[in-house]
Amino acid sequence: MGNKRALACARTEKATPSIPLIRGTINSPLIRGARGVKHFSIHVICRLGAWMVVCLLGVSASAWAEDVHVAVASNFLNPLKEIAKRYEKDTGNTLILISASTGKLYAQSRHGAPFDVLLAADAKRPVLLEQEGIGVMGTRFTYAIGALVLWSADPEKIQGVESLKKMDKGKLAIANPKTAPYGKAAEQVLERLGLWKKLRPFLVQGENISQTLQFVATGNAGLGLVAKSQVEDPRFRLKGSRWEVPLSLHDPVSQQAILLKQGLANFAAKQFLAYLKSSAAKTIMQSYGYGFIEE
Amino acid sequence: MDLPLIDLQPIWLSLQLAGVTVLILLVWATPLAWWLAHTRSRFRVVVEAVVALPLVLPPTVLGFYMLILLGPHGWVGGPVQALTGSALSFSFAGLVFASCLYSLPFVVQPLHSAFESVGKVPMETAQSLGASRLDAFFSVISPLARRGYLTAIVLGFAHTLGEFGVVLMVGGNIPGKTKVISIEIYDRVEVLEYTQAHILSAGLLLFSFLVLVMVYSINRRLPVQVT
Repeated sequence: MGNKRALACARTEKATPSIPLIRGTINSPLIRGARGVKHFSIHVICRLGAWMVVCLLGVSASAWAEDVHVAVASNFLNPLKEIAKRYEKDTGNTLILISASTGKLYAQSRHGAPFDVLLAADAKRPVLLEQEGIGVMGTRFTYAIGALVLWSADPEKIQGVESLKKMDKGKLAIANPKTAPYGKAAEQVLERLGLWKKLRPFLVQGENISQTLQFVATGNAGLGLVAKSQVEDPRFRLKGSRWEVPLSLHDPVSQQAILLKQGLANFAAKQFLAYLKSSAAKTIMQSYGYGFIEE
Repeated sequence: MDLPLIDLQPIWLSLQLAGVTVLILLVWATPLAWWLAHTRSRFRVVVEAVVALPLVLPPTVLGFYMLILLGPHGWVGGPVQALTGSALSFSFAGLVFASCLYSLPFVVQPLHSAFESVGKVPMETAQSLGASRLDAFFSVISPLARRGYLTAIVLGFAHTLGEFGVVLMVGGNIPGKTKVISIEIYDRVEVLEYTQAHILSAGLLLFSFLVLVMVYSINRRLPVQVT
C-alpha cells in the first residue's frame, strides 16, 4: 500500500508541473492565489482519481484474504477483540465483530443476518440453531464457561452474600432473564438463595449484560449480578467490591459457538473456530475469568 | 402458554406516562410558547433551537445524558435522592422527566404557531378593558388558540406513547413502573413471541394513524401551521 500511495502522489505531482508543489503544502497559504486555486483544483482531481485507483486495488486485495463475520454475545466482546487481534496477525484474515445479546443475535441469524459464526453466551440458542438447520450440525462446542459476580462500584458496599440478604433499598441490576443467559443465571441464584420474591421490587433489568454492568458502574444501581469476565476486564479498570457467586447457585453458563450455514464455504470461519480452542485463545479467556470444560 | 396472551400493564403504563407528560408540558410549554411568539429578544432563536433539539437528536443522546443526570450522582438525581431516598433513574418519575424533554417540541411548536396567529391584539384589547393578564389569557387567548392546544395535546401524547430509545436506556424494564408498551414489544420480539408483538404493534399502528388523521383534520379546518 505505502508504495502505491507514493506512486500515486508522484503521478499527481507530474500533472501539475507549473507549481513546484511539495507534498503536504496543499493547505498552505502559498496556493491561495487565483492561479493557485485553478491548479489546486486540478491537483485535487488528479489526487482523488489516484486515490480511487488505490482504493479499488485495496478492495480487491482484501478479497484474497477472507473476512469472517462473527456474531458475539456482548459479554464476550472484549476478550474476543484481543483474540481477534492475535488471530488476524497469525492468519491475515479479518474478523468483523457484531455484538448484541444472545437472544437478538439468534433472532437475527434466523432472519438471514450475514453471520458466519455465532459465539453465544449460552448453549440453548446454538442447540436451537443446529436443530433448525441454520447452524451446521456437529460444529457446536463450548468455548468458555462463565461465572457470575455480585458487584458494586462502591469499594465497601459488598460483604459476601449478606449484602444480598440484607438488601432493603436501592437497586439490584440483573440482565433480562428472558433474553440474556447471565440474567437467567442471576435469576437462579436469587431463587436458590430464596431471595427472588423479597428482592423483586429492587430489580432493574439490563437489556443485555453490558447494559447491566453499565447500570452498576454509573452508580444508577447500587448492586448488580454481572459476568465475572466484565469485572475482570482490564479495559474497564473496575475497582469497587464484589462477591464471587458459588457455581453451585446456578447452572453453568456454558458459552457455545457454532458455525452457521452462511460460513460453510468460508475456510477462515472454520479456521477461526479451531483457533478458539488453541492455548493462545484460552490464555486470553482465562485472564478474563472464564473457565473451561475439563477434557 | 399459561400467561394471558396480552399483558395490559404496559399499555396502561404507557397511557399514564403520556397523560402525565402532556399535562406537565401544557403547564410549562404555554408560557414558553407565548414568550416565543411575542418576544423580540435576540435569544429567541437560541431558545427555539433548544426546544427543537429533541427532534433531531438521536434518543441515545438524550438517554445517555438522562442516565447521568437522573442517577444518584447526577445534578437532578442527586438532590432528589437526598430528599426522597431514591434517585430518578429506573423510576416512573424519571421517565416523566425524560419524556417532558423528549416531547417538548411537539407541544411547544403547535402552541407557538397558534399564539402567533392569534397575535397581540386580543390580549391588549382585553387588558385595556380592564382584564388581568391571566384572566385575559384564559378567557380570550386560550379559546382562540384551542386548536393549537388540541394539536399539541394529541401530538405530545402520541409522541410520548412512541418513546423507546430513552426508556430503554434509563428505564430498567421494571414491570408496572418503566416497562412501557414499546419496550414490551421489543422484549416480545427478542424472545420470538411474535403473536403478542403483532397484536401490540398493530394496536399502536392503528392508534398512531387515527391520531394523525385527527391532527390533519383539525389543521384543515383551521390552518394553524405546525412545523
